Order: sequence, then C-alpha cells, then structure tokens
Amino acid sequence: MSTTHMNTHGAHDAAHDEHHDTGGNTVFGFWLYLMTDCLLFASVFATYAVLFMNTAGGVSGKEIFELELILAGTAALLISSITFGFAMICAHRKNRAGTLMWLVATFIFGGIFIALELYEFNHLIHNGNGPQASAFLSAFFSLVGLHGLHVTAGLIWMIILFVEIVMTGLTGRALTRLACLSLFWHFLDIIWICVFTVVYLMGAI
Amino acid sequence: MSDHSSEAHSHGSVKSYIVGFIWSVILTAIPFWMVMTEAFDKGPTYITIVVLAIVQIFVHLKYFLHLNFSQQGKLDTYSFIFSAVIIVMVVGLSVWIIYASNAMMM
Amino acid sequence: MSALLGKLSWDALPYDPIVITTLCVVAIAACVIAFLVIKNNLLGVLWNDWLTSVDHKRLGVMYIVLAFVMLIRGFADAIMMRLQLALATNGDPGYLPPSHYDQIFTAHGVIMIIFMAMPFMIGLMNIVVPLQIGARDVAFPFLNNLSFWLAVSGAVLVNISLGLGEFAMTGWVAYPPLSGLEYSPGVGVDYYIWALQISGIGTTLTAVNFLVTVFKMRAPGMKLMDMPIFTWTCTWANILIAASFPILTAVLAMLTLDRYLDFHFFTNDGGGNSMMYINLFWAWGHPEVYILVLPAFGIFSEIVSTFTGKRLFGYKSMVWATASISILGFIVWLHHFFTMGSSANVNAFFGIMTMIIAVPTGVKLFNWLFTMYRGRLRVTVPVLWTLGFMVTFTIGGMTGVLLAVPGADYVLHNSLFLIAHFHNTIIGGAVFGYLAGFAFWFPKVMGFHLNVKLGKAAFWCWLVGFFLAFMPLYVLGFLGMTRRLNHTDNPDWNIWLYIAVVGAFVILAGIICQFLQLYVSFRDRKQNLDTTGDPWNGHTLEWATSSPPQFYNFAELPVVSDIDAFTDMKEKGTAYVRKESYAPIHMPKNTMAGIVIGGLITAFGFAMIWHIWWLAIVGLVGSIVTFVVRAYTKDVDYYVQPDEVARIENAHLDNVAKG
Repeated sequence: MSTTHMNTHGAHDAAHDEHHDTGGNTVFGFWLYLMTDCLLFASVFATYAVLFMNTAGGVSGKEIFELELILAGTAALLISSITFGFAMICAHRKNRAGTLMWLVATFIFGGIFIALELYEFNHLIHNGNGPQASAFLSAFFSLVGLHGLHVTAGLIWMIILFVEIVMTGLTGRALTRLACLSLFWHFLDIIWICVFTVVYLMGAI
Repeated sequence: MSDHSSEAHSHGSVKSYIVGFIWSVILTAIPFWMVMTEAFDKGPTYITIVVLAIVQIFVHLKYFLHLNFSQQGKLDTYSFIFSAVIIVMVVGLSVWIIYASNAMMM
Repeated sequence: MSALLGKLSWDALPYDPIVITTLCVVAIAACVIAFLVIKNNLLGVLWNDWLTSVDHKRLGVMYIVLAFVMLIRGFADAIMMRLQLALATNGDPGYLPPSHYDQIFTAHGVIMIIFMAMPFMIGLMNIVVPLQIGARDVAFPFLNNLSFWLAVSGAVLVNISLGLGEFAMTGWVAYPPLSGLEYSPGVGVDYYIWALQISGIGTTLTAVNFLVTVFKMRAPGMKLMDMPIFTWTCTWANILIAASFPILTAVLAMLTLDRYLDFHFFTNDGGGNSMMYINLFWAWGHPEVYILVLPAFGIFSEIVSTFTGKRLFGYKSMVWATASISILGFIVWLHHFFTMGSSANVNAFFGIMTMIIAVPTGVKLFNWLFTMYRGRLRVTVPVLWTLGFMVTFTIGGMTGVLLAVPGADYVLHNSLFLIAHFHNTIIGGAVFGYLAGFAFWFPKVMGFHLNVKLGKAAFWCWLVGFFLAFMPLYVLGFLGMTRRLNHTDNPDWNIWLYIAVVGAFVILAGIICQFLQLYVSFRDRKQNLDTTGDPWNGHTLEWATSSPPQFYNFAELPVVSDIDAFTDMKEKGTAYVRKESYAPIHMPKNTMAGIVIGGLITAFGFAMIWHIWWLAIVGLVGSIVTFVVRAYTKDVDYYVQPDEVARIENAHLDNVAKG
C-alpha cells in the first residue's frame, strides 16, 4: 500500500497515517476491548467476593472443589498458552504449516480445559449444587462460567481463523487477527490465575 | 503493510515463551501444592498464594502479552495500568462497602 | 405459554386510552413520514447515504436525530408527570393510575439518560472529534455504524414497550428485590434490561473506537497536549465509558440470570444480597453522569474561547481538571446510597471524596471566567447557552456539595430536593451544553445557519422554564415531599407544584421554538448559507473544512503545531491554500451489515423479553454470522481519485474567495 502513500510532508510517525496502519489500530483497539472485559470480570469477582459466604445452608466451596481437577484444567490452559505462543512465532516466520499445527495443539488443550469444566459443572448440578441452590453457587457458576464462555468463544474464533489461514494463507489480515486472538487467549490466562487463586485455592483453604 | 501488526506488537521468541512458561508452571505449582497438602497455616498460605498470583500475572504480562514501555507498546501498558487502578478501586471499595453494611446488620 | 409466541398474547396490547391515542399519533406520523420519503423518491438516498453510511459526520447527525426523537418521548413523559402532580393534589387521584405513572417515571429517566443525552453527546463527538484531530474518519468506521444501530435497537425496544406489554415500574435504577421476578413478574423489567444492555454494548464499542482514533490517528504533529479541549473531554468521557459500562453490563447480566434462570444474586432468599446491585449500579451510574457532563464542559470551553476571540485560559489546567474529575468520579459512587446503612467510615470517605470532586469543577468555571475576562464576548446563541449554564450549573453543583454531607443527605435523600439537584446539573450542565454545541456546530454540519431569533427564544424559554420547574422542587424537598409520589394530600405543597407545572410548559415552549427554528432555518437555508466553512472565526481544525465538510474531511492531512491549529494556520497564511495536485484518498465503503445486525439484535432482545426462544436463537446466531461474514468481505474500501478531490477542493476555495 505504500504506493499510494499520500502524505507529502515527509517524515512522520507511521501511526498517524490513517488507514495505512489498520493492523496496528486493530490490535490496539482489541487490547482496549480486553480492558473493558477486565472490568466486566472485575465486577463479577467483586460480586463473588461479597457472596461467597452466602451458602444459604448449602455447600461451601471447601466441600465441592476438587483441586486435582482444577490443577489438570490449569495445566491444560497453561500448555495451550505456550502452544499459541509457538503458533504466533511460526506465523511471523510465515510458516503456515507450523502455525496450523500449533493452532490445532492449542485447540486441543483449550478443548480439554472446557471439557473438564463442563464435567465439573455437570457433576455439581447433578448433585443438586446447581447455580440455583445458593447465592454462593450463583456467583461461582457465573464467574467460572463467564471465563469458560470466553474460552469457548476463543475456540470458535480459532476454528474460523484456522479455515482462513488454510484458504488464504498468512495474509496481513490473518496475522492481525491472529495477534488479536493471541492477546485474547493470554488475557484469559490472567483471568484464570485470578479465578483459581480467589475461587478455588482460597475457597479450599 | 502486512508486517505492521508485528511491528506494533513485539511477539517474543521461543526462548522468552519457554522462560515465561517455566515461571508460570512454578508459580502455579507452589500455591496448589501449599493448599492441597495443607502444609502451612491458613494465614501464611493466604498471603503466599495471593503474592504468587500477582507475580504470575506480571510474568504473563511480560512474557505472553509482551507489555513494555517502548514507543510502540507503552499505550497498551498505560491502558492496562489505568484499568488495574480502576479495578482495585471498584473491587476494593465495593467489598469494603458491602462488608461494612453486613457488619451493621449483625 | 406457546413455543411459537412465548409469553406474547392479545393481553399484551394496551387498553389505556392515553397509550392508544399516543400510538395512533405515532402511527399517523410514521405514515406521513413514510409517504413523504416515498413521494419525494428519497428511499434510495435514505438507505445509501444515511442508514448504511460509515461516515462519522452522517452517523453523528443520525445520533442527534435519535436524541431529538427520544427527547420528544422523554419530555412527553415529564410533562405528563408534572400535570398529574398538579392535578392530583388534596387527595385527588389525578388522571394517571399508579401503574401507568410508575412506568412513566421509569421510562422518563431511562430515556433521558440513555436514549436522549447519550446519543446527543455521542452524536456531537462523532461529528466533531475526527475533524478536530485532522483525521479522515474514526479508526473503525463499520464498528461506528454498528454502535449507532445498537443504540437505535435499545431505543426501539423501549418504544415497543409502549405498545406491547409494559415498561418497568421500578424507577430508572431498577433496584432489586423490587425488580426481581417476585415483585415484578411482568415484562417491564425485561424491556429495561435488554434495552440498556444492547445500547450499553454499543456505547462501549463507541468508546473503544474513539479512543483508538484519538490515540492513533491524530494529524501529523499534533501531540496529546495539542488536542482541542472538546476532544480531550470526549477522550476522558470515552475512558470513563470503557471503564464503567462493563460494570453495567455485568450487573444487568446478573439481574437477568436472577430473573430468567432463578439465580440468587440479588434475591431475598437463597443468600442473595440486593445491596450489591445498588453498589454496582452506581459504580457505573456515577461515572455515567461525568460521561454526560465532561463533553459538555468541552463544548463550553470551545465556545468561550471562540466567541471571545481568545485562546482558552489555562488549557493544561483544564485537561488535568478533566482527568482528576474522571478518576475521582470513580470513587464517589456511594453518595447515591448513603442511607443504605454502611458504616460511618464508609460514608465519611465517600462524602469527602464527593466534596473534593467539586474542586476541579470549580477550576473549570474559573478558567471560563478568566477566558472571558478582558475579552470581547460576542453574544450569540451558543454563548447564551454557555452563560445560562454557568449560572445554573453552579447552583446545581452547590446543592450537590450540600447533599455530599452524609448527615444532610439523611434528611434530603429520596426527596424532591434530590430531583431538583440532578436536573439542575444534568439539564443545566449536560443538556445546555449539547444545545450550545448544536447551535455552534450546526452551520458546519449542515452548511447553513440556524435562525437566531428562534434560537434565542428557545434559550430563554428553556432557562426561565427550568428555574420555574425546578426551583420549587428544592422547596418541596425541604417541605418533606418525597420523589415518585403519584398524588399528594398536603395543601402546603400545592402552590409549588402549580409553579412547577407552569415551568414545564415554558420548557415545552422552548422545545417547540427549537423545532420551529430547525424548520424555519431549513426553509430559509438558501439565504443563510455558510460558504466559508468558518462562520465563527473558529480556532480548531473542524473549521478548516467546508460546510458541510467534504466526505473525506481533509484533502491533505493538516500538519499541526499549535493547540488552536486553525488560528495558527490562518495567522501563518497556510489556510485556504490551493494545491497543484492531490493524492488519491483511501475511504471505507458503506455497508448494510450494521443495520442488519441491529435488526437481528432487536429481534433477539424482543424475543428474550417475551421468552420466544426460537427467535432469540435466530437473532443472536444471525447477528454473529452477519458479523463474521462482514469480517470476511473483501470489497470494503475504495479510492477517491485526485481529479475528484481537486474538483471538490477548488469549488470550496472558490466559495471561500467569494465570501
């Protein structure tokens, strides 16, 4: 696109050349969206912090959390983080096959995380400890579920991007989107650190 | 044009990802181990897991999200710091408000 | 309950004669408008040039049209309430039964804040900010269009509630447990939830869009501390939106889960804590009032500086005052519920913070005064609004500081004193600001001047009407009258209620003048053309374009080296310079994706309200698919060729030369 470079004023910051740096703008815009997402999670965390003792005579966290399961999920998510990192490195080296392979790996580990979470939820609901049972469980399901919903959205997005890269290769647009998804994925890791610390570990002490 | 996104956001190297990964494995394993084995008293355990979580967040920010103070990356970093400040205020004050209200009702 | 129509049945239709009459009038008006559009062959223009437009200026105009339409609705609610209270004295029941009256005060609050003030503010921001920073458009033009349609979607849902079912009867804050399923089993609260949720997401997207625009797309040479003050105040408003609207999203989602899936966040049973709703609602709600008022402060700054012909006094202190208001705006929210019963320490902390926030606001007032000092103020309509604001808002601010004292608040909370206070700040601050901005930038956007006489008449009606309508409410508050009363039985209150209703009608005259002004100005537009693009001898870059601005804004991105960039250009003689040749300009193409997604999301919201699950799935999945398809559309931009740019630019410069 540099052939249509319109600015005649010579040297200036590339970021100011609108429409010519849309990739950078998109990634920054996506980052700002993630910041709004942070606040969304923060509100739910605050609610959890207020409600976690309100068990209404039902179970408390200590009674229902299975830390082995959570540890396995955490491991899956952590591994998916580094595999996504490798996908990004491959993408920037224009290694399409490598990118796709690491994306598949990321998808599998992300999928394992979601499967474990669904198992946990199903197990709880089956035992009568669904989100309707108490304010604590409402907040617990909402907080953990909100994170799970984000991971699921990330997995769907990954499929769409996978198809795009297969069809059109690692174009500038695909790279920008991959960069956004990468931010999304690593951002969800940070949320998960807060979840396992505040919800599971503190709840199980 | 295709490289702009990569210029705007440094994307790390294999080494930095592995370093970050190892750190986060350690920082995840210790709190889980502390809680699962119940090897320590409640108080120290609380403090340790919170501190380790905060450290791990910084590790992720640096090695996975590549936040930095370079010309290109500082806006991202500032917006994160701003959000973190707002979160601390909103969550902290909310918890204070509600716990104080609860105490009044006891 | 059928699977096809959910809770929707014939019972949802209204039986109230007032509502039926309103609906008939609306239907007739809609038919007339549709007829005029089709008769004048404007359907294509409407669709191609407006509804599908990604041009920030046109979206801004549409936002303001939305604001005016909703102003009519919200004001109709207001005058009905005042009339009811003037009639329903001495034990008379009046003409509005409580269930209807409760819906009206809820709708009035929601509409005025979310669907009048917000679109007005965002409309002005859309029009002005990209021009002021010398950009060709916002960072994500399609997203901008989508945000607009999400705002419309919310407004449509609120208006549907008038004809189908009911609106919430909870007050605009919708506190549980009243807004929970137990005490509000109807669809009213669901309308409230989905209208706010959908438009709120649109607002969040707008904030992200404009933050990227301002941080990444400023004209070459424009440092952050060179940005015009209106852009700065909008930027802080956008930061506040990005930080606070997600809290609203979260708290509404939790209320939704309580109502739809029997969760226990805010219920009386199951360990729920309704105080957390109040807390989170105001953690959004308080920043929200600064979101409304900060851009208005920016508008006043631009106007004071332009019409005194001086540089704004204390530009830096203005920026930092805005910044401190924004940050402090996040730690004062508890003053909305001092009486909830938190500890004395909590109340003291928030009370003191609230008083402190008055300081940077005072700094701003002094900056405006010092700008005027020894200046030659041209008393135009925008300046009238500004002067009216400075008096009115100061009173509102002082009653606010009074309410910030927890002890005083225990006496005055929930009374009409509070109602008077926040109308004093929101009308006298935000709305006066938007109307000032409307008068200020109208010639820029439309290319012709507004009628001055009617503009002045509108201002005086608004100002006098405002004082007549709201000063009595301060008195009534002291006399012990609480808010949201349907009828009264205290002879001491009567006289003040009568004065207030007179005030409401004077404001009505102001609004009528405003619309007459639009009509007369449009009729006489040929005589009042603004050919120069700079009708007020402006300071900032928006005045460097023609009126209305070229669709690409700037043929060549201006190089900025001063806060008052256009004044600087005029002084250096670099304004209005004819160029030999132009480069092609890269522009986004219009798209129908925004309006399609808006329609699908409206269907989704409507379906959720009425529990029509199949339609909800269709709406949600459809909108996501549309978004993804749009993301993979290749044909999204084009180039304006140099000869066309040259033609447009030369025509403008010829006009300027002619004067």
